[in-house]
Amino acid sequence: MMDFFTSSTFQTVLSALNSGFLKTLQLFFITLLGALPLGLIISFGSMSRFLPLRWVTRTFVWIIRGTPLVLQIIALFYVPGMKDWFNWPSGESGRMIAVCVAFIINYACYFSEIYRGGIQGVPKGQQEAGQVLGMTKLQIFRHITLLQMIKRIVPPMSNEVITLVKDTSLARVIALQEVIWMGESFMKGNSGIAGLVWPLFFTAVYYLIFSGVVTVLLGKLEKKMEFFQ
Amino acid sequence: MAILEVRNIEKHFGPTRVLEDISFSLEQGQALAIIGSSGSGKTTLLRCLNFLEKPDQGIISVNGNVIFDAAEPATQRESEVRKKRLHFGMVFQSFNLFPQYTALKNVTLAKELLFQERPEFKANKKTILEEIQEEGRELLAKMGLSERANHYPSQLSGGQQQRVAIARALALHPDILCFDEPTSALDPELTGEVLKVIRSLAEQKTTMIIVTHEMAFARDVADDVIFMDEGVIVEQGPARQVIEHPREERTRQFLSRYAEN
Repeated sequence: MMDFFTSSTFQTVLSALNSGFLKTLQLFFITLLGALPLGLIISFGSMSRFLPLRWVTRTFVWIIRGTPLVLQIIALFYVPGMKDWFNWPSGESGRMIAVCVAFIINYACYFSEIYRGGIQGVPKGQQEAGQVLGMTKLQIFRHITLLQMIKRIVPPMSNEVITLVKDTSLARVIALQEVIWMGESFMKGNSGIAGLVWPLFFTAVYYLIFSGVVTVLLGKLEKKMEFFQ
Repeated sequence: MAILEVRNIEKHFGPTRVLEDISFSLEQGQALAIIGSSGSGKTTLLRCLNFLEKPDQGIISVNGNVIFDAAEPATQRESEVRKKRLHFGMVFQSFNLFPQYTALKNVTLAKELLFQERPEFKANKKTILEEIQEEGRELLAKMGLSERANHYPSQLSGGQQQRVAIARALALHPDILCFDEPTSALDPELTGEVLKVIRSLAEQKTTMIIVTHEMAFARDVADDVIFMDEGVIVEQGPARQVIEHPREERTRQFLSRYAEN
């Protein structure tokens, strides 16, 4: 066993897994960065008083939430080229961009429903209380409803974010070399070490640590807002 | 001159007429109780006064100035409405306190925001905020809540929450304080403390409109009573006379139902 950890094999596997994990991390953060604001915009669309906009938005959200993310990744990556609309940049960076776009759209739709629940969950009386006290709409949003929305949003958002940690592994369907791809490559014998199960097992450890950190951080945020109900 | 003059207010929700030809006036320092069964339009009337609903017809004047005229869109501009609604204070049936703020902050928040918009705020920030805080504490003390200033709403009983809400409404010194069934959401043993506070406000000659189901309270505290049914004012007059010797048959029927319960 000692031999395994000190051997150059271990070094090779570890550095390969690390480079895969870096991609995983990249995908995770880019998705959050894009989907969090986009989701808010979509949620405004799905609550719009302008009916056509509301129905278009809700239908779009229904389609995205109703079909598998894997399918969306594949479609987004291959269809534009097949139809001669446009081509993704070649190589790993092109795959990364395509996968990020698919993830951002998919997660924005899920987030939009969470935002909608959070916004509509704040009782109307809160807004009215602000109005009769002469506050402007902006003041009411900033000082009264925003924090109550965030409190309602954090728990379901945590679920979604932890799902995202694991969903990043779907990127490998278009050959993005994220952490599982790297782990698996050792099993298949690409590096001449066929049959070794350990690397794949280690990828699980990466996910566990990653989702563990995310869980702790979001738990802290939730705790921070326990002072009110 | 009456402090509040309401003339021919009418309000529809879709095809349903909820208020019809509502006219009344209120003198400075007087308390007016509005009674009537659920769905009679009492709450809608109060919400019209506070610009939470827009009447389809009618005129509302405060101190002789027209603040709302259904025929004059200029009186309904958002920026104007904001200033004008400060003539009225509102205490809601369900309190509607801000859960993320302490009792004191609930009372002071609106005033702080209002003062922040003034040009002299930046230079005297500290003194102004201290004065607002001090006044907030005094108001809470008046409500018997000195000890509760730093409690969050969820740490307070319903009666205490409603008293914080009254302090909050008083903080901006409204000309007319409106109560929308202030004790209806409370357990029976908690209504007393809230009614006591309203009673003391009446003794200090606070101008008030109280929508209530507490008949004995309306009779003892209010100067005048309006009885509403199906969106119209059926009877109005001095409190004791309307509640003890109603002239109208519908008022009599309504009050006898209360006597039975």
